Amino acid sequence: MAGYTENELAKDLADKEYQYGFISDIDSDVVPAGLTEQIIHLISSKKNEPSWMLDYRLKAFEVWKTMKEPDWAHVNYKKPDFQAISYYAAPKQTKKYESWDDVDPEMKETMSKLGISLEEQQRLTGVAVDFVMDSVSVGTSFKAKLAELGIIFCSFSEAVQEHPDLVKQYLGTVVPITDNFYAALNSAVFSDGSFCYIPKGVRCPMELSTYFRINAGGTGQFERTLVIADESSYVSYLEGCTAPQRDENQLHAAVVELIALNNAEIKYSTVQNWYPGDKEGKGGVFNFVTKRGLCEAHAKISWTQVETGSAVTWKYPSCILKGDYSVGEFFSVAVTNNYQQADTGTKMIHLGKHTKSTIISKGISAGHSQNSYRGLVQIHKQADHARNFSQCDSLLMGSVSGAHTFPYIECKNASAQIEHEATTSKIGEDQLFYCQQRGISEEKAISLIVNGYCKEVLNQLPMEFAVEAQKLLSISLEGSVG
Amino acid sequence: MLKITDLHVSINGTEILKGLTLEIKAGEVHAIMGPNGAGKSTLASVLAGKEDYEVTSGTITFEGQDLLEMSIEERAREGVFLAFQYPVEIPGVSNVNFLKTAINEIREHKGLPALSAKDFLTLVKEKSALVALDASLASRAVNEGFSGGEKKRNEIFQMAMLEPKLAVLDETDSGLDIDALRIVAGGVNALKSKENATLVITHYQRLLDYIIPDFVHVLYDGKIVKTGGKELALELEEKGYDWIKTAE
Repeated sequence: MAGYTENELAKDLADKEYQYGFISDIDSDVVPAGLTEQIIHLISSKKNEPSWMLDYRLKAFEVWKTMKEPDWAHVNYKKPDFQAISYYAAPKQTKKYESWDDVDPEMKETMSKLGISLEEQQRLTGVAVDFVMDSVSVGTSFKAKLAELGIIFCSFSEAVQEHPDLVKQYLGTVVPITDNFYAALNSAVFSDGSFCYIPKGVRCPMELSTYFRINAGGTGQFERTLVIADESSYVSYLEGCTAPQRDENQLHAAVVELIALNNAEIKYSTVQNWYPGDKEGKGGVFNFVTKRGLCEAHAKISWTQVETGSAVTWKYPSCILKGDYSVGEFFSVAVTNNYQQADTGTKMIHLGKHTKSTIISKGISAGHSQNSYRGLVQIHKQADHARNFSQCDSLLMGSVSGAHTFPYIECKNASAQIEHEATTSKIGEDQLFYCQQRGISEEKAISLIVNGYCKEVLNQLPMEFAVEAQKLLSISLEGSVG
Repeated sequence: MLKITDLHVSINGTEILKGLTLEIKAGEVHAIMGPNGAGKSTLASVLAGKEDYEVTSGTITFEGQDLLEMSIEERAREGVFLAFQYPVEIPGVSNVNFLKTAINEIREHKGLPALSAKDFLTLVKEKSALVALDASLASRAVNEGFSGGEKKRNEIFQMAMLEPKLAVLDETDSGLDIDALRIVAGGVNALKSKENATLVITHYQRLLDYIIPDFVHVLYDGKIVKTGGKELALELEEKGYDWIKTAE
């Protein structure tokens, strides 16, 4: 059975009109394609940025010019022409449907399967709805509640204007502009993103997801996120959406920086469901993301990701365990189907003493897809008594998909304890037969088995999100065993 | 209820069942005994619909319907249950979740509404007591880390939950100690009714001390060569299978 991916998204994306969705908020502002110093000046001035921000962008651009697109990942794609991209994308214009009846029934079905409410479905598809959707006022009331606690949660552009000191202090401290090709590109041209600051000792009372989803209008092609958890604070942050994400941008190069100061904890969960291309592997989003967190003493960062979308994924949410007794965790489910390619994993850099990291990675490959885990566990000389546990499992469906594991371990301290476990398995015919003999259909059996396989990771997601993620897994794998 | 007529079955070109005929009526307990390689487990797999087996000729009707035309899950939903000789492990999927999915698929097939969480749990409690299955096993992943005995008890527990019309027990006694055997047999007996039937496949007479069959069939070289009452099982136990082989 075809999911939303094969049919109506393909149709949507084939819609030529859709490609010209880049319209800036001021009528005549059409920035020519290509990247030059002038374009960066233009972006910065349109956003009315202070000079330090412009300097930062220009510096990144200088660095980017000297860099080459990396090709070490186990992915194969036609490299984008970076001079053919238009870098000024004002708040993204999604295609509007005239009425709810115009929305493709299959897309509606997918969203219903995910259990998304009708109001939200309409918002996500960009239907111009007549009745008042209360997102603005809901958003405002959330904001008021957060403000009471001193929590700052706003768009990145707003943060640059309203909280320049914080941005200046932390931007680029975890992912420097020189880090990699895509990070440098992002630093030069980032459009917008989110900023979050949790003050000392404050426990953020809600998943920032709820708020985020309500406001998730357009986050753009070069998204920039900065989350700062001050000493002894806690925040659970949710990025993305399980609903099908239609996007006209082929290249996504986001940067996410997390900073957990002493005793702070950040839980960062992502569900990524960008357009993966059609059944033949045409089209689809390239998702080249740099995500990294820094832990000070006794701090903890947990990355949880469920990746089902994109044609090509290149993503390694990492932790720098700088402070003593800090903890880094990475829980990942990456599903590839048809001709999707994913090269994803994590880096755990142990600098502090008694630092601890856990990596649980579950890859599922179906169709003709290639799914790679790439991880680095690095124990530095001074990191006495560091510990790591890694578990990388791969599940293969069908006979033409691929699963690969590239674990790197660098250990310079003899007191370290490092464990690595890896398994590769196929969905067993005998498991399917067993389920079917109990009256369970093949599709349901696959979903049951896959969800069981991913359970350790799904358990890490906030409750309501986990339910959607489970359904998403089933939808992504529909028809993958024939 | 079940009518097998002149059934021929091959696997990879080798004929295993060579003209098997068998009829089971509601309320009856049948036992199939026979030496290794006679085709006992093949029969169980064919009834359940396992795809590796090729039915070359013959018919199977179940409640008047052509069983061979039905998919694996359709057969299960219509009431054919196979207690596996080697129950399969499904990591990360709790027994409870597994059974709830199965029950609701069967109920949907029958046009019944899904069972409420409360009713379901009541049922779990009631049925797990039947085979003295520890409540913690119900919430553990399907068969994962279960002992041999626990796996077999879990099969009977599932059978109790799903309430099949025809239960096929494939070597359910293998690997069971005498206490576990008693518990399993007790569970099977408790589920017996006028409406359902049981087909017990076994090597040994031992199980039939506890599950008393109405008919005992001897399967040898792909055919039923002898049929009798429960005393046939005792005779087999005493004399072995050789006399049947030579009698043929």
